[in-house]
Amino acid sequence: MSDFPTNSAVDPCDAEGFPRSNAPLPDPAATREEMLKLYPPKTRKKREKQLLVNDPVTPPEIGANTRTVPGIISQRGCTYAGCRGVVIGPIHDILHITHGPVGCGYYSWLTRRNLGRPRDDQPVNYLQYCMSTDMMEEEIIFGGEKKLAAAIREAYRIFKPKAIAVYATCPVGLIGDDIHTVCRQAKEELGINVFGFSCEGYKGVSQSAGHHIANNGVFKHMVGLLDEPDPEPFRINVLGEYNIGGDAWEIDTLLKKCGIHVTATLSGDISYEQICKCHTSDLNVVMCHRSINYMAEMMEVKFGIPWIKVNFIGAEQSAKSLRKIAKYFGDQRLLDRVEEVIAQETSALRPVLEDVKSRCKGKTAAMFVGGSRAHHYQHLFKDIGMLTVAAGYEFAHRDDYEGRRVLPTIKVDADSRNIEELDVEADPTRFSPRKSPEQIAALAEGGFSFKDYEGMMTEMRKSTLVIDDISHHEIEKLIEIYKPDIIGSGIKDKFVIEKFGVPCKQLHSYDYGGPYAAFTGAANFYLEVDRMINTKVWKLVTPSWKKDPKLRENFGVGIDSAGNKAIRDTVAGMAKAWKPRKTGPTDAEG
Amino acid sequence: MLNGTTTEIAERKALRINPAKTCQPIGAMYAALGIHGCMPHSHGSQGCCSYHRSHLTRHFKEPVMATTSSFTEGASVFGGLANLTQALRNIFTIYDPEIVAVHTTCLSEVIGDDIPTIIRKAREEGCIPDGKLVIHANTPSFVGSHVYGFANMTTAMVNYLSEKTGTVLNQVNVIPGFVEPADMREIKRIAAAMGVEIVMFPDTSNVLDGPLTGQYKMYPEGGATVAQIKSAGDSIATVALGHFASHVAAATLESKCKVPAAFLELPIGVSATDRFVDAIRGYAGVEVPAAIELERGRLVDLMSDLHQYFHGKRVAVSGDPDQVIALTQFLLELEMKPVMCITGSPGNAFEKRMHELLDSVVPAAKIKQNADLFELHQWMKNEPVDLLITNTYGKHIARAENVPFVRFGFPILDRAGHRYYPTIGYAGATRLIDQMLNALLDHRDRTCSEEWFELVQ
Repeated sequence: MSDFPTNSAVDPCDAEGFPRSNAPLPDPAATREEMLKLYPPKTRKKREKQLLVNDPVTPPEIGANTRTVPGIISQRGCTYAGCRGVVIGPIHDILHITHGPVGCGYYSWLTRRNLGRPRDDQPVNYLQYCMSTDMMEEEIIFGGEKKLAAAIREAYRIFKPKAIAVYATCPVGLIGDDIHTVCRQAKEELGINVFGFSCEGYKGVSQSAGHHIANNGVFKHMVGLLDEPDPEPFRINVLGEYNIGGDAWEIDTLLKKCGIHVTATLSGDISYEQICKCHTSDLNVVMCHRSINYMAEMMEVKFGIPWIKVNFIGAEQSAKSLRKIAKYFGDQRLLDRVEEVIAQETSALRPVLEDVKSRCKGKTAAMFVGGSRAHHYQHLFKDIGMLTVAAGYEFAHRDDYEGRRVLPTIKVDADSRNIEELDVEADPTRFSPRKSPEQIAALAEGGFSFKDYEGMMTEMRKSTLVIDDISHHEIEKLIEIYKPDIIGSGIKDKFVIEKFGVPCKQLHSYDYGGPYAAFTGAANFYLEVDRMINTKVWKLVTPSWKKDPKLRENFGVGIDSAGNKAIRDTVAGMAKAWKPRKTGPTDAEG
Repeated sequence: MLNGTTTEIAERKALRINPAKTCQPIGAMYAALGIHGCMPHSHGSQGCCSYHRSHLTRHFKEPVMATTSSFTEGASVFGGLANLTQALRNIFTIYDPEIVAVHTTCLSEVIGDDIPTIIRKAREEGCIPDGKLVIHANTPSFVGSHVYGFANMTTAMVNYLSEKTGTVLNQVNVIPGFVEPADMREIKRIAAAMGVEIVMFPDTSNVLDGPLTGQYKMYPEGGATVAQIKSAGDSIATVALGHFASHVAAATLESKCKVPAAFLELPIGVSATDRFVDAIRGYAGVEVPAAIELERGRLVDLMSDLHQYFHGKRVAVSGDPDQVIALTQFLLELEMKPVMCITGSPGNAFEKRMHELLDSVVPAAKIKQNADLFELHQWMKNEPVDLLITNTYGKHIARAENVPFVRFGFPILDRAGHRYYPTIGYAGATRLIDQMLNALLDHRDRTCSEEWFELVQ
């Protein structure tokens, strides 16, 4: 049963429960052809596999996680960005050194909005610092290991951090610097944890490879270092939540209200200590499946912590996720408390939702972003009666589109094979299955599923467009043909889209707004979409003389309007009554 | 805020903290956007292109289009020939530019890709349609800084495009340096007011400050056309603004096409703008019109009105070398004391010129090239200043030290004015005065005790 029952007379949905678009939708297959027809044959062959018309029942196979065609204007970034920028970057009480020329460190300095709040015992927020070995030609020729070792020493001398992470950039891999040996030696010398990530930008096909490398490094070098479970009951880790615009804080607050304790959020507003002890938690809930499923899998194998997919983006989804977590723990008081909280939150949210929905229903959205947001945010749009007509990820894999059931059929290509797969085994002393096989069977019988990501396509309407790694040309065609009311994308597309007069919501940075997670975040998002779609600024684009040169639109308004006739008459009267004032000697002399 | 920054200054030889520079390719991309109908192309991993486009977009809040060779591990081992060839075929088929400006990255530089040869082969294979152009600049990220990348791409324009036909055209070349579209627009306005035809390249005005019309144009109206850059070889002279960003291109034009060049600094403040106006006047053989003198007069009037608020104020400045050299002169005109002046870019010419400017008037001034914001902050902790002028990355220092702050240079990621108002020319100096005064007086109004909180100032 929905927490937000729709009044079908007011909010017509189609048979599958998707909002209906106000305007008739274009033919998706024809649009697809329109997008593809300009491409040279080799490029077309590639893009054909990444550009599909959706069928939620049997999603067609998508060519995801494959190389971007050179010369195509892509949204994608690199492996370094995925590792340093996304997964490890948010840890604010360890020091991050980029080994390479200055640019990579510079561009990843405070540009992603993973907010952090330093803890009392660690007043330095290292996210405010960009540290780089600033490699120059000499190190490219003679090797950069010495400079890296010196940089680590200097960093330690100045900051005395508890740990230092080192990130390799493109030239480091090419010239063959062994950053791992340098880190190991520094660790021995300084007595703190120092570890490296071989996340050279050319590895893999997108940021995604960097996520994997980061997961491996965090798992190898941090997870499990501190065997001190938090005393609270109902302990979970929230994985794949990066606290963009304060989302993790919003989720944390909601869970706390229910009595669920977050040991660690990987890696939004997270401390080193929290990562080191996250293996003492009892459940991993996964937000962004793409960036962190590796960690969830490895923690299950090594420590016996099961994982489930959740989504705190969207009101319905947040309620569903809370119920799922409570069901896992199976404690009646927790189950009851969760229902209470959901009831409170939904009743607070309902007036906002209904108000916004009255203006936004029937409008359309398209989203091209990330590895989970293009899916998750469809729920928020759906909440307010908006249909997502096209969506795609920037760097996701087939399982994020088609669901994890396709995992066994995914072919591992050369680019993915280059990324290390850790060989993980059960920890001899610390492996402890959180649920017995009987408990798991009982949960399964009640409809509970673990490791259960169904993918984006199964939750998108039939005949919508699914476009992986969308290129600029395809975005232009989409706007031209579909004219969506809003597009969710990133900084590189934002102003392109807005030049067309279509509002674009940055879903990486939230346009410096947010939070959008959980119920209060959902309200923020509804209001934001309402503002963007219904702002009058788009109506100012065309001047009156271009709309109709004959129409004297600027006359007859303001003081000139019929309603202000009285004021106009007064002015006219004053003008008529004016006479030159007679001045005489008496006036001047007083 | 920046709680790890210590007052004690430890020598660093290897670790860069909070850089005041970035890498060459972003400068090359920016310069290439100043050619009309040009697609900048980044020959390297797609992450470089993505980072540069993102950062330029954050600064300009405008579409920044560029393509990439999307290197993978294979290309990194076997070279980028196949990637660049395929890229050129796709770019001309799909995005149809007049010209593609290729710049390298650290990756393709380390591999040693020979770009001219790849371009030649691509043309032979029919990837570059007849009449379309491909130029290139080598911009290794491990040499120089973003300013060097800008300079290299600007020089590439001369090398590839400028030609001497023998007929001298009645026009003056202006190489504006790594400045804002608003500054380039101001240069054109001054030249037009003086009645002088100029060829300016690169020219990003009307490219990165476009209007909202409901139509998207991949190649906006602005930018120096290929024909204009070509004709630069026939101009009367070149006025090059800024040693680091513009002088090499001007010298190249001088040696390639025998066009004499005036090697000026950025026209920031009264005297530097005078020199610019004088150079244009002299080469074109025109009189300076009354309207320009009026602007200048209003600026000097403003300076005399507000002299008391600037005199003796200690200023810390960080920025690109051409900007810092020029701004320092303006600060001295205002009788301020630029006590700390750094640039992240390497280059001895910076320190030499800064010592010439400051040694006699502010002998204790700290001047450093290849420096960073961490060190500048440490200096400020030891010797507080009255005003900080840097790009947006200084905002943390300003907050930590509670010091008035003016954003100046590249990048400005959190304010809007730089997109519309120049800082060069007489009008630009007026705007800088306004910004500095607001920063100083707003700070005083917020922090002074109530009895000294005054209505009129």
